[in-house]
Amino acid sequence: MFDNLSERLDSVFKKLKGHGKLKEKDVEDGLKEVRIALLEADVHYKVVKKFINDIKERALGQEVMKSLTPGQQVIKIVNDELTKLMGASHEDLNLSGPVPIPVMLVGLQGSGKTTTAGKLAVLMRKNGRKPYLVPADVYRPAAIKQLKKLGDQLDVPVFPSDAKKDPVKICREAVKKARKEGYDTLILDTAGRLHVDEELMTELVRIRDAVHPSDILLVADAMTGQDAVNIAKSYDEILDIGGVVLTKMDGDARGGAALSIKAVTGKPIKFIGVGEKLNQLEPFHPDRMASSILGMGDVLTFIEKAQSVVDEEQAAEIEKKLRKSQFTLEDFRDQMVQIRKMGSLTDLLNMIPGFSKNKQMKNLEVDERELVKIEAIINSMTPRERRQHTIINGSRRKRIARGSGTTVQDVNKLIKNYTQVMKMIKKINKGGMRGLGRGILPF
Amino acid sequence: MKGNRIIMGWFKKKSKQDRKTPSEQKTHKATEVFEEDETVTINMFQESDEGIPGYPAGFQSEPDSGFVRHLRKGLSKTREFLTTDIENLFKSGTTMEDLWEEIEERLITSDIGVQTTMDIMENISKKFPKISNPDQLKAVLKEEIISLLNTQTAAPEKATAKPHVVMIVGINGVGKTTTIGKLAAKSSDEGKKVLIAAADTFRAAAIEQLVIWAEKAGADIVRHRDNADPAAVAYDGVEAAVARGKDIVFVDTAGRLHTKISLMEELKKIRRALSKKIPDAPHEVLLVLDATTGQNALSQVRLFNNAIGVTGIALTKLDGTAKGGIVVSICSTFDIPLKYIGVGEQLEDLHDFDPALFADALF
Repeated sequence: MFDNLSERLDSVFKKLKGHGKLKEKDVEDGLKEVRIALLEADVHYKVVKKFINDIKERALGQEVMKSLTPGQQVIKIVNDELTKLMGASHEDLNLSGPVPIPVMLVGLQGSGKTTTAGKLAVLMRKNGRKPYLVPADVYRPAAIKQLKKLGDQLDVPVFPSDAKKDPVKICREAVKKARKEGYDTLILDTAGRLHVDEELMTELVRIRDAVHPSDILLVADAMTGQDAVNIAKSYDEILDIGGVVLTKMDGDARGGAALSIKAVTGKPIKFIGVGEKLNQLEPFHPDRMASSILGMGDVLTFIEKAQSVVDEEQAAEIEKKLRKSQFTLEDFRDQMVQIRKMGSLTDLLNMIPGFSKNKQMKNLEVDERELVKIEAIINSMTPRERRQHTIINGSRRKRIARGSGTTVQDVNKLIKNYTQVMKMIKKINKGGMRGLGRGILPF
Repeated sequence: MKGNRIIMGWFKKKSKQDRKTPSEQKTHKATEVFEEDETVTINMFQESDEGIPGYPAGFQSEPDSGFVRHLRKGLSKTREFLTTDIENLFKSGTTMEDLWEEIEERLITSDIGVQTTMDIMENISKKFPKISNPDQLKAVLKEEIISLLNTQTAAPEKATAKPHVVMIVGINGVGKTTTIGKLAAKSSDEGKKVLIAAADTFRAAAIEQLVIWAEKAGADIVRHRDNADPAAVAYDGVEAAVARGKDIVFVDTAGRLHTKISLMEELKKIRRALSKKIPDAPHEVLLVLDATTGQNALSQVRLFNNAIGVTGIALTKLDGTAKGGIVVSICSTFDIPLKYIGVGEQLEDLHDFDPALFADALF
C-alpha cells in the first residue's frame, strides 16, 4: 500500500535536500509529484488539493524559506500534514453500554460485510467475548445461509433469521434472544446497498434506532476509487458511523480510499481485512501507516508479526546450527515457511526502516512464486538428500525436478545458491562479517 | 532471525518486473493546478443528488421503457457530472484556466485516471485551442472519449460453438454470480438452452446463491459439494451440457484477488479442464469489474489477462454514483472489449455495451 507514494516522496525529498536555498519553484515541482502519486493511489481529487495547498501555504511561508535548511523544513511539513491526514493511533471497536451490545456492519454490495462479520466474531472471541452473528440481509439470494455457514465453520452461534421477515424485526428479536441466551456482543450483518438508495438507507436508520448499536462500521473495499468520498459521506451523514473497515487490503490496491474516507468523515479506519482466512482481520494503526509511507519503516508491526510466528527455541537452535555450519536444506525450508507465515516478503521488507530508500534494494522485488518453487523442490527431496546435499546427483536431480514440477535447472540453481550461502556462512564463522559479499542483505 | 538473512540472498537479483501502469511512466507532464490560492474545504458534494436517485424504485416501476432511456437512467450520475457543471462554467464568466482545472477535476473524479486525463486534455487543447461554448466543449470531450473507447471494435462474436462455453472471473465481491444470473436469463430469453456450472466452491453459500439465480433464469445447474475441486465442477458442467444438448454454459468461479498466484493458477487449471471436453473452450472469458473500483482495475485486467486471457469485460454497479471512468483507461490500454454493463439488481439490469450509446447516454 502506498509504496509508489513513498517512492515519490523519497525522490522529492532528496531533491529538496540538495538545495541550499529553496526557490518557490522547487517546492512546487516537488509537490506536483506528490500530487500525482496521491491521485494515482485513488485519493480523492479535493482531498489531494487541500493537502497540497496546506503544505504549500506552510512551506512557502517566511520562516521556512529564510531558514538555513529550507529543504529539511519542507520535509518536516509534509510529514506533519501526512500524519495529520492519516490520523492518530489505532481506535478500537466501541463496545460500551448495556449487554448485549450490538455492532452494525453496513456498506455497498460486495464490499465484504459478511466475511468481515465472521472475522470480527473470531476477534471478539479471542478477546473473551461471546459473539452472536445476526444475518439481516434478506435481499441477496443465500446471504443468510452464507453467514450461517461461516458461523458453523467458526463454531459461533448464528441467529436463525427468516428471509421473509423485516430486517428491523430480525435485529430486534436477535437482541432479545442474545440477552436470554447469554451472548454479550451481536454482530449485525446488513444487506449491501447503494448509498443513494433512499428506501434501503432508511431501513438502516430504522435498524439503528431499534437496537442502538454501540458501533456502526462502514465496510469499504480498499480498491474503491474516487467515489469512496461519496459513499463514506452519505453513510456517515445518514447513519453517523463509528468507524471503517477497509477490506481486500491484501491485493495491490494503493488504498487512497483510506485517506479520502478519513478526510471526508473524520471517522477512523479501525480494521483492515488482509486475506480470505477468517483470522485475517487486523487493527489499523494510522500512525504506523504514515511512518511507513514516509519511508521510516514500520518496525512495530514487523516485530509483532515476527513474534507471532517465530518460535524462540527454534531460533536458538538454528543459530547454533549456523555457527557450526550445519544448516541443512531442511532447516532452510523450515525457516522459509516461518517467514512466509508473516505475510508477503515484499511487505515485510518494506517495514524495515530505510529499506525502500536503499538504491540497491529498491529493485528487489520478491517473487513469491520463487518461494513456492524452492519449497516444492526441497519437499521433493528425501530426508537424506536434505541433510546431505552432496549426494544429489544427476538422476536424483531429475527425480526431484519431476516430483516438484520444476526443471533440473531450477534444482541446480537452488543447490548452487545453497552451497554458495554455506560457503559464505563458513567464511563468516571464521572471519566475522568481513566475509560478507554483495549477495546478502545488511541486516 | 539469523537464518532469515541467508534466505534473502536468494531473491536479491530479481529484477523489478514491469508492472507500471501507463500512467506511472510519464508523470511530469502534470498541468498547472496549484495556481489559484483559494482555500478548498473538503466539503465538495455540491453535486446534486436530485434527478434520479438510482434504483430500484424507478427501475422496477417502468420496466418497459426504451433501452436508451433505461441506460440513461442508470448512467444519470455520470451524465450529470459532465452536463450541468460544464454549462455553469461558461455562464459565470470563468477564465480558461479555471475551465481546464474544472475539466481536469471532473475527469479525475470519474476515475478516468491521471494519465488518461492528461492525454484527453492535451489532445483537446491541441486540436481545439479555442473553445468558446459549452456545446462545443461537450462535443469535443465526447468525441475524445468515444475515440478512446473505440480502440477495440471487435464485433460481439457469434456464439457458433455448441455448447458455447463462457467462463466468468473477477476479484471478490464484484458481482460475478449476479452477472451470471442476468446473463443466463438473457440467453434463456433468446431461446437458448442454458447450463450453469457452480465452480465457486470456496465462498460459503455461493452455490446456493447461484441455484436461486438459475431457477429464476430457467437454467440447469451443475454443482458439487462445498470445497470440491472447481476444475472438476467445470469439467462436469461442460460434459453435462454436451450430453443434454445445451447451447451455452456459464462457468462461475470463486472471487480471487489478482495478486494471489496460487489462486490464479487454479483458474488456469479450470480453463484447462474446460478444454478437455471441447478443445477450443472456453470460447469467452468474461472479467467482471466493479464500477466503484479506482485505478486498481487496470491491474486487475492486466493480471487476469496475463493468467488466462480475457476476451471481454462486464462493468457492474453503474447504478450508484461511481462513474466507472476507469473503463476509458482500460479500453485505451488493453485490446479487450467492454461487453456488458450492470445497472441494477434485477434480472434485466444487464445491457450490451455499445460505445456510441454509452457516449450518448453520457452527454
